[in-house]
Amino acid sequence: MTETSTTEGELADARTLEQEAEGRAAEADYHLGAYHEGVDHDHTLTNTGMSNDKLAMWVFLGSECLLFGGLISTFLLYKHNNLAGGPTPHDLYDIKLTSISSFVLLMSSLTMVLGVSAIQRGEESRMRLWLMTTAVLGATFISGQVYEFQVFVKEGMGFTTNSAASAFYGLTGFHGVHVTLGIVMLLSAVVLSAAGRIPQARAESVEIVGLYWHFVDVVWVLIFTIVYLIP
Amino acid sequence: MSNAATHETTTTTADEGASASGAGDVHHEHASDLLYIKIAVLLAVLTAMEVAYPYIVTDGVALAAPLLVMMAIKFVIIAAYFMHLKFDSKVLTRIFYTGLILAVGVYVIALATFRIFGN
Repeated sequence: MTETSTTEGELADARTLEQEAEGRAAEADYHLGAYHEGVDHDHTLTNTGMSNDKLAMWVFLGSECLLFGGLISTFLLYKHNNLAGGPTPHDLYDIKLTSISSFVLLMSSLTMVLGVSAIQRGEESRMRLWLMTTAVLGATFISGQVYEFQVFVKEGMGFTTNSAASAFYGLTGFHGVHVTLGIVMLLSAVVLSAAGRIPQARAESVEIVGLYWHFVDVVWVLIFTIVYLIP
Repeated sequence: MSNAATHETTTTTADEGASASGAGDVHHEHASDLLYIKIAVLLAVLTAMEVAYPYIVTDGVALAAPLLVMMAIKFVIIAAYFMHLKFDSKVLTRIFYTGLILAVGVYVIALATFRIFGN
């Protein structure tokens, strides 16, 4: 009698567990189905409760802090080192031009965040407009940097002229490459959106591009002050 | 309590047409477009102050310290609002600032070492 009750109890527990598992599976199917149909908005089926893509981008950005930290430190160490002769970056800075470039990049962060905001509201065409504006502002910044490099080279400060020049070109050039990659990402997002592959449900992909772009901007905030403004 | 608070914050920070992550299913709070524009204006003003300051004070700690403070303010504002750290999970904030603090710590030590043993 006792054995029978125990078995029945175990069976009931097993049934309950099975029903719970079915319920969870059904819920997951519902969310996944909704996601694939482009109607799911905010569900993230991960252990952390947040999107793996976004988490990965943040981890990447955290590691980028170390990269740019190394480049900035190298510049700080060598910024007055012209043992090999020739001008140092500090002799050639055009603060007015760099200030305008900084302002342009700062405003590109605004247009980027407005683009993210637009896609989160489902306004795809407006998002494309903001992303294109961001890309144009980024290209303007890069044009300014290319012009600056060209002037510096004409003034006799090449990449290998002295340690200060190498550290300067290494730091600002690396940042420029990041901005260029950001422009490529922005244009890709615009093309994908035009093809209808970034609906409102996938707004997070634009947000992730935005995170990268803002990081590039925030690194420039540091470079502008530490490299250009503080002698 | 926390849900109510979240909802309340969402409605106070989001403007009429802006915000949130989709129709009806609001999990994340976001600032309104108007707030983003105000922040951009603030950042532009701070940048203008940064550019103007070296014309007033030309050298030394009196020049560097305020510039570094303004730089830090700009950094935090961009990370908090434009990168949504203020509204997202705290884990993301920890990940990012851990990388940043690690970088600053390592390189301050490295620079100090060069300063001490360099000559």
